[in-house]
Amino acid sequence: MHIVDRRLNPGGKSLENRQRFLRRAKALVQDAVKQSSQDRDIKGVLEGGEVRIPLDGMNEPRFRREGGTRDMVLPGNKKFVEGDLLPRSGQGTAKSSGPGEGDGEDSFRFVLSRDEFMDLFLDDLELPDLAKRKLADAESEGLRRAGYTTSGSPANISVNRTVRLALARRVALRRPRADAIVRLEAEIADSDEARRIQLTAEIDALKAKLRRIPFIDPIDIRYRQFETVPKPVAQAVMFCLMDVSGSMSEHMKDLAKRFYMLLYVFLTRRYRHVEIVFIRHTDRAEEVDEQTFFHGPASGGTLVSSALVAMHEIVRSRFRPSDWNIYAAQASDGDNSGSDADAVSRLLTEMILPVSQFFAYLEVREAGGSTFDTSDSSLWTLYQQLRAAGTPLSMRKVSERSEIFPVFHDLFQRRRKQEKVP
Amino acid sequence: MTALADRLFEGADWDFPTLQRIHDACEGIARSELGLETYPNQIEVITAEQMLDAYSSVGMPLFYKHWSFGKHFAHQETFYRKGLMGLSYEIVINSSPCISYLMEENTATMQTLVIAHAAFGHNHFFKNNYLFKQWTDAEGILDYLDFAKSYVAQCEERHGRQEVERTLDAAHALMSHGIDRYPGKKKLDLRAEEKRAEERRSHEARAFNDLWRTIPTGPTKSAETLNIERRRKLLGLPQENLLYFLEKTAPRLQPWQRELLRIVRHIAQYFYPQGQTKVMNEGTATYVHYRIMTRLHEQNRISDGNFLEFLQSHTNVVFQPGFDNPHFSGFNPYALGFAMMQDIERIVSKPDDEDREWFPDVAGTGDVMAALRDIWANYRDESFIGQFLSPRLMRQMRIFHLHDDPEESAGIRVDAIHDERGYRRIRRELARQYDVGLIDANIEVVDVDLAGDRRLMLRHSVLKGAQLNEADAKRVLQHLADLWSYDVSLVEVDDKGVVLKEYVVNPRTMAAVA
Repeated sequence: MHIVDRRLNPGGKSLENRQRFLRRAKALVQDAVKQSSQDRDIKGVLEGGEVRIPLDGMNEPRFRREGGTRDMVLPGNKKFVEGDLLPRSGQGTAKSSGPGEGDGEDSFRFVLSRDEFMDLFLDDLELPDLAKRKLADAESEGLRRAGYTTSGSPANISVNRTVRLALARRVALRRPRADAIVRLEAEIADSDEARRIQLTAEIDALKAKLRRIPFIDPIDIRYRQFETVPKPVAQAVMFCLMDVSGSMSEHMKDLAKRFYMLLYVFLTRRYRHVEIVFIRHTDRAEEVDEQTFFHGPASGGTLVSSALVAMHEIVRSRFRPSDWNIYAAQASDGDNSGSDADAVSRLLTEMILPVSQFFAYLEVREAGGSTFDTSDSSLWTLYQQLRAAGTPLSMRKVSERSEIFPVFHDLFQRRRKQEKVP
Repeated sequence: MTALADRLFEGADWDFPTLQRIHDACEGIARSELGLETYPNQIEVITAEQMLDAYSSVGMPLFYKHWSFGKHFAHQETFYRKGLMGLSYEIVINSSPCISYLMEENTATMQTLVIAHAAFGHNHFFKNNYLFKQWTDAEGILDYLDFAKSYVAQCEERHGRQEVERTLDAAHALMSHGIDRYPGKKKLDLRAEEKRAEERRSHEARAFNDLWRTIPTGPTKSAETLNIERRRKLLGLPQENLLYFLEKTAPRLQPWQRELLRIVRHIAQYFYPQGQTKVMNEGTATYVHYRIMTRLHEQNRISDGNFLEFLQSHTNVVFQPGFDNPHFSGFNPYALGFAMMQDIERIVSKPDDEDREWFPDVAGTGDVMAALRDIWANYRDESFIGQFLSPRLMRQMRIFHLHDDPEESAGIRVDAIHDERGYRRIRRELARQYDVGLIDANIEVVDVDLAGDRRLMLRHSVLKGAQLNEADAKRVLQHLADLWSYDVSLVEVDDKGVVLKEYVVNPRTMAAVA
C-alpha cells in the first residue's frame, strides 16, 4: 500500500475551468456585477461576493422525460392499504422530488473572488488595459536594509562591517603590528652581534606570521542585505462632495457614485488606509453617512461654497495636511448661484487646493445629453478659470458611465509627475 | 495495559504511521475473515479544497478542461462556503491501484472508517463485480484520462478553444446516449472464420436434401425494401449509441472531432457500471466497513469512545427518512444496500420458514461471506433487488407502491403495500426503478435519407406516456444537428406506433462549413 500526501500539491486545479466558465458567462456575470455594484457601499466594491446569473445559455441540456404515468416505490408507509386513492392536492407528501436539482434550474448563484469582481467591475467602466493593470497591481515595493550576509554583489560590500571583523580576527590571532617590526628593525641598528641574530630571527618569525594572517581575509567580508517591502504606508482621505438639490437625478447620482467608487479603488491601491468623508450640500452643507449621501432626500438652493467651507473645517479639525493625503471629488450638475462665485474661487485657491493632492470636478448630465448643445454652466466656467492658473484641478463633463475614466487619466498623469518629488 | 498497547490510535489525532497501522489492521480482517480480494491500495491525503476540485471533475484526479466543470465548481464552492453542504468523507476511484482520497480534517476514527469503506469495500466490488470487469479497464483508466487531457489541450491549441468547446458541449449533451449497452460481437480472426465456414459446408453436405429446393419462400421483396435493408445494415442501424454513430458516420466531422466524441463516449462508458450498481456498491462498502469496525472494536484495537464516534456517523449514513419526511429524496442507497446485506447475512445464518420458501438457494447455507461474495460478483442493482429483497425487509421499511396515472382524476392509487399480495409486485416495481434500460429515454437512430437531403432520423419510443421535455430536447437536437451538419428529425412514438410529436432541427454551422 502507498500513502501519498497530496496536501502540498498546488491547489486551484479547478481554477482554469472556473475561468473558462466566467469567460463564457461574461456578459451575464458582468450584468450581475453591475447590478450588485449598484447595491453596494463604496467600500464594498473591493470585497467580491456572491452574484446570481440566469442559467440561460449556461445550461447543459440532456434528453429528459416528463409526464406520463409514474410508478413510485417509497418507504415509510403508515396507514395506506392497497387500493387507497390519495388526492393529488396533497402532492407534497406523495411526490418524490429529484435530488436537489430544482433550485439550480432557473438561476445560478456563485461567489466571485475579490479580484474577479474587480476585473469585471473595471471592465464595465471600459478602462483601458494599462490603467486596469495599474489599478489591479499590488502596491509598489521598496527596498529595506535587512542586516548582513556573507555573500552578495561586490557593490554591496559593507566596508565598515568587513574591517571591524578583520580587526577582531587580527587581534584574536595576534597578527603582529607593522610598527612592532619597524621598532625591532630600528633596534638591530644599535645592538651587538648575538642580539642582532636573535632580533633577525624574531623579525623573520613576525614577518612570516604577518604573511600567514592576512589583513583582510575572505571570511571577514560582509555584504549589506536588502529585502523588498511595500512602500511606506501613507494615509489618504477622500472627500466626496455632491450637490443634492432637486436638479440631480438618480442617473446623475449613479454616475457620481461610480466615480467615487473608482476613486476609492484607486486610492486603496495606493494608500493602506483610506477614509471617506461624505459632504452633501444644497445651500447648506452637512457631513452625512453614505446611505444618506446617495439616497437621503434634500431640497433647497445651491451654494457650492458651503460645501467647501465644510470641507475646510473638517480638514482643519481632523485631517492635518502633513499627515494625510487629501483627495476631493465633487459632483454637481453645474448650477451655482452667481453671487457665490467669488467665495468659491477664494476658498479653492486659498484654502483647499493648496492642501489637496487632487481635486476632481465631475459635471454629471442626463444620459444621452449631448456635450455640445448646452453652454457651459456657471461652475464649469469658474473652475475653468482656476484651472488656467495651474492648480491641481481636473474637470470633466460626463453623461455616460464610459466617460468617467478620462478624469482618471488626468489623475494618473499628474501622479507620475509628482512622484519624482519625495 | 497490554490491551492499550494494541490500540491502533488514541483520541482523534493521526499521522502517517497511524494510517499504515490502520490499513494493515483492516487488511488483515478483510483478507482472512471476509475473504475480500482487492486491487492494491493507494491512499492519498488531501485538503478540503482539493476535495472540491475533485468533485467538479467527476471525482477523477485528472480530467480535460471544460467550462461546465468550472460551473459545477463555482456552484459547489458557494454551497460549501455557506455551510449548506458538507463534503463527503472520501472519494474512491476504480483504478488499479485503487486510489482513495482521505480528507485531512477527518479524525482517526473517520480515517479508519473510510479506509475500511473505500479501500476494501468499494475496492473489492470494483475488482469482482461482473459489470466492472466487463466494461471498465481499471489498469488503463488513468493513462487514458491523461491521454484525453493532453489530446483536448492539443486540439485547443491547433483548432482554437471555441471550436473544441463547441464539439465537447455537443458531445456532453449526448453523453447519456453514448453508451454501448450490450457487449458487441467479437470480430473473428481468419482462422476461426475458416473453421466456421468449414463447419457450415459440412453441415450443408450432411443435411442436403433436394426437397428443400421445392419449398415456396413467400413473396419476393421489392427492390426498394431490399435497398432499405441493405442501407440499414451498412450503417449498422438501428443504433442507440448516438455518439458512436456520429463518430463513425457523421459526414463532415474532422478527424479530431471524431476523436473527441470517442473520448467522451469512453468516459461515459467507464461510468456506466457505477450508475447501475449504486445500491450494491454502497451496500457492499457499508457492510464491509461495519464488519471491519466491529471486529476492530472486539479485538480492542479501537476504544469504546472511538467506536461510539464511528457508530454515530455510520447511523447518519444509513438513515432512511420516510416518504413524508422533509429530508426524503428517494431511497438512500447506503441504507437500502446495507439493510439488504444484513438481511442476507441473517437469511444465510439464521433463516426462518419464510426465508426458506423465498430464498431456497441461500437460506441456511451457513457461509455468509461466500454467499455475499457471490452476490457482489454476479448482480447489479436491478437483479439484486429483484432477487434478494425479502418480505421481512419490506415489512421493516414499510415499503409501498404508488401508481400515478394522470388520467385518473380521483388521485394517486396505492398499488401494493407490504402484505402477502404485495411483496412480489413491490419487489418487481422497485427493481424496475433501478433498471438501467428504463432510466434513460430510449432513443435510436433509425435511418438516414441518403438519397435525399441526408436527414438523420431518430425515434424515441415513448414508455408509459413520458415524453421528452421540449426545451431541452430542442437544445440537444440542435447540438446533434451541428455535429451531423444536416437536418435531424426526431419522432416520439408510443407503443401502438402513434406519432405523438415530431421535431426537425437544422444545423447552425452549415454556412460556416460550406
